[in-house]
Amino acid sequence: MAHSVAEPVPTIAPLSPPSPPPTDRPLHTLPAPFTTSNLQLLAQGAEALVYKTTFLTPNTPCVVKYRPPKPYRHPILDKRLTKARLLAEARVLVRAGREGVSVPRVLGADWEGGWLVLSWVGGGSVRQVLDGWAERVKRGEQKAEQALMDGEILDLMRRIGRCVGRLHDIGISHGDLTTSNIMLQSPSQESGPQPPLGGEITLIDFGLASHITPNSADEEGAVDLYVLERAFAATHPAAEPLFQEVLKAYSESWKGAKSVMKRLEDVRLRGRKRSMLG
Amino acid sequence: MALVRTFRLPHLEDYPVQVALFKNVTNATFLRSQLLAANPDFDYAFLDATMILSPLPLLLTTSLTLQAYLSSTLRTRTPHSELVFRLHPNNNIGESYRKFGISDTTTHLIAIKLSLPPTEVTNESVSKHLAEVVEGESVPIGDEGEELGLWADVAKIRKIYKLNDGGKGRAKGKREVAVNGGARVRDEKKEMESVIMGIMVLKGT
Ligand SMILES: Nc1ncnc2c1ncn2[C@@H]1O[C@H](COP(=O)(O)OP(=O)(O)OP(=O)(O)O)[C@@H](O)[C@H]1O
Ligand SMILES: [Mg+2]
Repeated sequence: MAHSVAEPVPTIAPLSPPSPPPTDRPLHTLPAPFTTSNLQLLAQGAEALVYKTTFLTPNTPCVVKYRPPKPYRHPILDKRLTKARLLAEARVLVRAGREGVSVPRVLGADWEGGWLVLSWVGGGSVRQVLDGWAERVKRGEQKAEQALMDGEILDLMRRIGRCVGRLHDIGISHGDLTTSNIMLQSPSQESGPQPPLGGEITLIDFGLASHITPNSADEEGAVDLYVLERAFAATHPAAEPLFQEVLKAYSESWKGAKSVMKRLEDVRLRGRKRSMLG
Repeated sequence: MALVRTFRLPHLEDYPVQVALFKNVTNATFLRSQLLAANPDFDYAFLDATMILSPLPLLLTTSLTLQAYLSSTLRTRTPHSELVFRLHPNNNIGESYRKFGISDTTTHLIAIKLSLPPTEVTNESVSKHLAEVVEGESVPIGDEGEELGLWADVAKIRKIYKLNDGGKGRAKGKREVAVNGGARVRDEKKEMESVIMGIMVLKGT
C-alpha cells in the first residue's frame, strides 16, 4: 500500500524510532537511465517509489514504479523477488489491456534494474468523487442539482460494478481494490479536484494483483469486493447505498458473480470477527 | 537532402535517434544487399513501413534497444539489428528481419540511425547519405511522428502480434458496452498499440 507523500507518519514518544528521512526527495539512487531532472516523487510505499515523468516522447506522461533494493534481504533473493513482482504486475496489465479492461499501458521496464514505466492516468480517483459527494451531502446542498448529480453518480457506481466484474471474468483479482485505485480518466489528462463522472473507469496499482484459478476465484473476487466495500464505508455512512449499486451491477455482470457474492458474506464475517478481536 | 527527424527520448537525450521515411522506394533490393554485405556505410535499421502501426511502439523499441546497449545486454550483433529484433514478438532473429526489415519488395521505408558515442551522427550526415542512396520520395515526419504509421498494414500487424483472439471470441464492441456503458467509442488502434507495446516490453521474459 502506498502512503501519500504528505501523509504524517505517526510516532510514539519517547520510544519513537528515529524519525524517517524527509520524503520530499528520493531516498535511493535512481536506476539508469533516470536522473532527478524531470522526475517528481508521487508516492513512497513500503515496496515501491512512484515518480511522475515523461517517457518515449516529451508529451507522454507516465509513472515510474521503482522497487529499490532491500538492504535487509539477501541480494540474490531480493533481485529475484523484485523481478518476479514487476513481471507479475506487467503481465497482468498487458492481459487486462488485451481483454479490454482500461488499465495503464506498459511503456517500459528493466526487470534487473527494478523499474516499470506505466502510462499516466489523468483525471482523478473515485475516492475524490466520493469525498466531494459526501461533502455536498453533509452541507445539504441544492436539492434539484443533487438529484441530477445522484443519477450520474449511480450510473458511475454501475459502471464500477461492471468493470470489476469484467476484471474477475477474465481471471484477474486486483488485490488492493480501494477507491483510490479506481480512476476516472478524462480525455484532457488534467487532474482536478473533481474528476468528470463520465470519465473512463481505469484501474491502477496492480502490484498485488494475481491471475485467479477456478479454485480461488470466489475467495479472491470476494476479497476485492470487501476491500472496496470498506473503502466506501470509510468515506461516509451515506455512501452505503452507493456501494449497493456497485454490488448490484457486479452481480449481474458475469457468470461467476453470484458465487463471489455468496463468498463475500463469509469474508465480511471474518472481517467482523477480526475487528472484534481488535 | 532527405528529410530526417531527430527524436530525443526523455531520459535518453544523449542518444538522439535519426529517423527518415520514404515512399515509392524503387531500390530496396540494393539497400538490402548492402545490409547483407555488412557494408559499414549502411549501419541502419531499415524497416518496412507497413509493419509499423504508429510512432510509440517504434520509439519503445528504440528505447529498449538503447537500454540494452547501455547495459551491455544486446542479444544481437549490433544496436541496429537489435532494434529490428525487438520489434518481433518472438526470439527468432532471422524471422525478425524477414518480417520487419526491408525486403526486396519494400516500397515504404523507415530508416533509423542511432547515435552512439564515440560515433557522431547528425541529422545532416544522415540526411545527406540517405539522399544519395535511397531512390524514393522523402516524406516529412512531424513532431509527434504520426506519419510513421501512415502505411501500416493493420491486418498483417494484427496477425504477427496475434491480436485477433482477445476477449474469448466476443466482439470487441460488445465488451465496451458491458464495461463502460457504451459511453465511449473504443479506439481500436490505440488498444492495438497498447498491447503491442506490452508484448515488446515482456518479450523474452
Ligand atoms: N498510472 C498512473 N497514473 C496516475 N497516477 C498513478 C498511476 N500509478 C500510480 N499512480 C499514483 O501513485 C500512487 C502509488 O502508486 P501505486 O499504488 O501503483 O504504487 P505502490 O502502492 O507504491 O506500489 P504497490 O502497491 O505495487 O506496492 C497511486 O495511489 C496513484 O496516486
Ligand atoms: Mg498501492
